[in-house]
Amino acid sequence: MTTARTVLTIAALTLREASRRRVLLALAVLTVVLLALSGWGFSRLATESGGSALTSGEARLTASILLNLVMFGFSLIAALGTAFLAGPTLSGETESGIALAVLARPIRRSAFLLGKWLGLVVFGSGFVVLAGLTQCLVVRWTVDYWPPDLAGALALLAAQTTVLLTLAVLLSTAISPMASGVVAVGLFGTTWVAGVVGGLGESLGNDAVARVGTVSQMLLPTDGLWQGAMHAFQDPSVFVTFGGDDVAAFPFLSEAPLTASYLAWVAVWVAMVWGLAAASFLRKDL
Amino acid sequence: MTGSTAVGNAALREAAHLFAGVPPAPAVWCSGLRKRYGQRSAVSDVSLEVGRGEIVGLLGPNGAGKTTVIKMLLGLVHPDAGEVMLLGRPAADPAARARVGYLPELFRYQPWLSAAEVLALHVRLAAADISVGEQRDCLSLVGLAERAGDRVDGFSKGMQQRLGLAVALVARPELVVLDEPTSALDPLGRADVRDIVLAMRSRGVAVLLNSHLIGEVERVCDRVVILDSGGVAASGTLLELLGQRQVRLQLSDISPAAEARLAATGDVERAGDWFTVAVPADDDGTAVPDVVRDLVTMGARVHAVEPARISLEERLLGILRAGSATRSGEEL
Repeated sequence: MTTARTVLTIAALTLREASRRRVLLALAVLTVVLLALSGWGFSRLATESGGSALTSGEARLTASILLNLVMFGFSLIAALGTAFLAGPTLSGETESGIALAVLARPIRRSAFLLGKWLGLVVFGSGFVVLAGLTQCLVVRWTVDYWPPDLAGALALLAAQTTVLLTLAVLLSTAISPMASGVVAVGLFGTTWVAGVVGGLGESLGNDAVARVGTVSQMLLPTDGLWQGAMHAFQDPSVFVTFGGDDVAAFPFLSEAPLTASYLAWVAVWVAMVWGLAAASFLRKDL
Repeated sequence: MTGSTAVGNAALREAAHLFAGVPPAPAVWCSGLRKRYGQRSAVSDVSLEVGRGEIVGLLGPNGAGKTTVIKMLLGLVHPDAGEVMLLGRPAADPAARARVGYLPELFRYQPWLSAAEVLALHVRLAAADISVGEQRDCLSLVGLAERAGDRVDGFSKGMQQRLGLAVALVARPELVVLDEPTSALDPLGRADVRDIVLAMRSRGVAVLLNSHLIGEVERVCDRVVILDSGGVAASGTLLELLGQRQVRLQLSDISPAAEARLAATGDVERAGDWFTVAVPADDDGTAVPDVVRDLVTMGARVHAVEPARISLEERLLGILRAGSATRSGEEL
């Protein structure tokens, strides 16, 4: 069997698994709840600003902050969903014996792993893109705000999900299904906190504290990509309204777009971690 | 030009003639397999062969390394040393497993798929051209035709094992590896598996069967390999393993000369008036009638003559006990 055919078969199988497991239902419920809540919140904002309590700049700032906040919620749901799907689908299958019959077929283990990864990437990215797009439509309908670079923002959210699930795949080749999910989500949260701390350091002019954020964004690029996504979601005028340097200190606004070199590093990071996962999975005795 | 073509054709014919005489490579061939897990040696120096269309049983106590050997043959466990060839190709190449079916000891199939979908997945992974009708026939063969559309998570263990057997058979294999195929089955299911294995032999499919049920192995296998403590303790055809045939005679009025005549045939064990005599391995069928004739001539009265044969179970226990006695002797 050609490697490409194996990869596509396994990717399709992983997508079918995701659609038939309860994880999809849980994701759908959480998404609908978040969409409904944010729809209500944004409509309240529209009512408040309608009475001229807010200037148009303030309204855009508030919409940007709230949109980033809700999007963070979605990226968290995507992180939880994919991390807890990656664990069972790989280490769960090798533990339970499902993988034995599959890997005894004339297929390469690397093709099997690539198929699983690809299926998860499509699932996770599909979720954030779909949920993010729906959210933006809700925002447009309620407060008439449209992000300046929606496609870029959604692509960065998808990249963030890809980074986290690649890490979850690596972890699941070495540790138990549940532990790999917990560790991946834990690291995701830690990097986000480190990013907030780094932002505070930057606004206070403390280089040592600012470096915490930079280093963590290099080690696990989820927060770096999240910062880029926020920048693409928010209105460019927020800097003027919010007041210059203070943007860095605020966790739901981002100061600068991502550089091409950072995006290149993310690509290298994903390739490297996937390579490690493949090396670990190839050596594994089932 | 015509001449060179003629020469080429002749060479081809000659090559074809030469290859026609060469038997196909064995279904399984492995040599010097070793595997350690940390300090513990799971498999040490196992070599075995399964010929085309042959049914070979793998026997041995728990922890003898049977499943590890099977997993090393299929590339699921990496051997520390040794070589494996499947159907004439090195097992390191995944293509070697194209015509191999496998039912693992720890069998579970995607619970979110239906039985028919599991088979379709395996047909696709094996890149085999098997029609939906043939896949359905495979499910009927293992008694799951009625449940083809049901999800696997609603299946009992026995039904999942039947599904596993269908998965192993679906892609028209030339070699089937069955690791404890009847562990979750009732007596009826075991009889079904036996029939399926025998049907495979008649189609020329080689089978490597690992089973705890010695009776099952004894009934279907052409050859048996006995593993103990990670090594091959014994191997051979059932006739070779069960060794010399024996004959039991009930005698009276037996003179010392008649006893000597019995002893000349083979080892004799006496219990009352019953004598158990080992028949020589190279016997051409004359040893028993000859000894009876001579005994009668010598005045002995022959009340009964019956064949005796030790069972595979007795032989297996004998080999394993001798092995453990040798090991404890070495440790002392």
